[in-house]
Amino acid sequence: MPPGMSRQGALALRPHDKGVDRSPASSFIFRQKAHSMADVVVQQGRLVRNARPRKASGLRNMLGRKSTVAFFLTLPLILLIALLVLYPAFFSLYLATLNKAMTKFVGLGNFTFLFKRETFWMVVKQSCIFAVTAVVFKALIGFIVAHFVHNIPGKKQRKWRGMLLVPWVIPPAMSTLAWLWLFDPSYSAFNYTLSFFGVGPIPWLGETFWARFSVILVNVWYGAPFFLIMYLAALKSVPDQLYEAAAIDGANWWQKIWYITLPMMRNIIAITTLFSLIVTFANFDIVRILTSGGPLDTTHLFATWAFQVGIQSSDIPLGACVSLFMVPILAVAAIFILRDVSKRGNEA
Amino acid sequence: MSTLVIDKAGPTRKLGSMSRDRAWALRWSYFFLVLFAIFFLTPPVYMLITSLKSSAEISAATNPWWVFHPTLSNYVELLTSNQFLRFFWNSSIISIVVVIVTMLISIPAAFALARMKFWGSATLATGVFLTYLIPDSLLFIPLFKMLAMIQDFTGITLLNRWYVLVFIYPTLTVPFCTWIMIGYFASIPKELDEAAIIDGASWLQTLLRIFIPVALPGLIAATIFAFTVSWAQFLYPLVFTTSVDQLVLPVGITTTLIKGDVFNWGQIMTGALLGAAPPLIIYAFLMDYYIAGLTAGATKG
Repeated sequence: MPPGMSRQGALALRPHDKGVDRSPASSFIFRQKAHSMADVVVQQGRLVRNARPRKASGLRNMLGRKSTVAFFLTLPLILLIALLVLYPAFFSLYLATLNKAMTKFVGLGNFTFLFKRETFWMVVKQSCIFAVTAVVFKALIGFIVAHFVHNIPGKKQRKWRGMLLVPWVIPPAMSTLAWLWLFDPSYSAFNYTLSFFGVGPIPWLGETFWARFSVILVNVWYGAPFFLIMYLAALKSVPDQLYEAAAIDGANWWQKIWYITLPMMRNIIAITTLFSLIVTFANFDIVRILTSGGPLDTTHLFATWAFQVGIQSSDIPLGACVSLFMVPILAVAAIFILRDVSKRGNEA
Repeated sequence: MSTLVIDKAGPTRKLGSMSRDRAWALRWSYFFLVLFAIFFLTPPVYMLITSLKSSAEISAATNPWWVFHPTLSNYVELLTSNQFLRFFWNSSIISIVVVIVTMLISIPAAFALARMKFWGSATLATGVFLTYLIPDSLLFIPLFKMLAMIQDFTGITLLNRWYVLVFIYPTLTVPFCTWIMIGYFASIPKELDEAAIIDGASWLQTLLRIFIPVALPGLIAATIFAFTVSWAQFLYPLVFTTSVDQLVLPVGITTTLIKGDVFNWGQIMTGALLGAAPPLIIYAFLMDYYIAGLTAGATKG
């Protein structure tokens, strides 16, 4: 009698099964394929058998198990992450310890070599200036514009939001070309316009200060709409009653923002800022197309310098070494994001 | 007597000032929105202006913000150039294949992670999210070396071939798509799939007949994301491909249209505008899905 047998099987399996589950020696998801969640699985198996009294084979039984199905469903994802993300990440650690011809192990030689180079410290400094300044301005502009969009009547919000998000939609490589043309030394449309106000031609990409200013400006232009959309969604989730109560208590607009809007949006602001910090810090396209690191390597970020050293000068180990310096700050940001995201998950 | 008058006048005056404040706040909002819209839209508009100019007009250095002799010659030239069409074709085929591969990987995985609590499922979901935070600029050097080594080892040409990007791009799209699909799948009421299983549906049937139709908006958002990411990707094709016939659009425009110091700006802007067109068109028609995908990234479900 198949249904009864399967139930007996479940009873017999369960104690053994739990013992296996709780054992700390756990290698991979493979293990649970055979063992865990037996009660649920067998329940499902029983239902199937009730529907179809024909006795199923062992293989078929195993294939029907929830854990087996789950394993096969996630297998491509696991393979992709393991082979094309995790493996290269550790491979770059290994690469960073080789000499230029990749024939000899040099330990931390590449790292000490970098520490002695002035360009490296300039890249560190410029990456930090670039990321922090750009993220602060993106967050500020996003916050301000989100309030303006939130202020206007609901029907028109859609149109404005659609218009203001355009920089985020255009592929950054394409829009940076437009900026490059706007900054052009001899035909700059900006300098043409500024000349009417008596402001002399500005060397947008030719001088260190202006080149740094320009790459940050383009990054702010590209990233601010993302903040705008996130903040707008957050603003809409703040209940109106809070503002009404504050208005009755005589709060001015500043107090409303400080005591209601900011605390209510705290989490989304944190996540968006940290996320943007990662993306900005690892930015490549904008600097590569606008300045290629120049003038005199003063606008290089980790990514563009790693590209120049590792691919263009084909010193792969040194390039890998340069890009590895991004890891600490990325890791810190990632940890905080993870904390905030899971907090949000618990709130919901 | 006087108090009564004040009582009557008080509320009306207050109301009047408040609505006046509102009106002013509205006017100021519009004023600043126009300013920011000018800032945000200047580059794309300038692209369009320049793309309509002939190179003679560009080098004449007339008012750059106006087209005196509009011409479509840049568009005609690019759209009849085999090279440019080749870039467009490469970009399209790569993006479409990447979208399909991404969906085939992330939908089943998201289904398993959202519904089947198995050993390590929570860890794997967190891992997927962390993978999403790993930028391309961290991995391009080891990936380049890996491809070179595989090429030496097996004799299959991988470097300088567009199809290798089809394998690399999913590392950028799959984590995010899986992550937002987990959110969408988790929001589907459990009763729905329990009912299906009681009726004798297999896991596959539950996924195909219940989860995918119900979570269709999330699926569209994920598809749009995967498409725009693979269309816009610049670093990987720049590193992995070099021959003109293997380039994708962003790399092709930046490397072939800029010949030494000669910048044919009319054509560059036309190419950039045409390259920006597919994401812009998708955005124009599916804005709500686009924004849903954007905001879903930072939230859990």
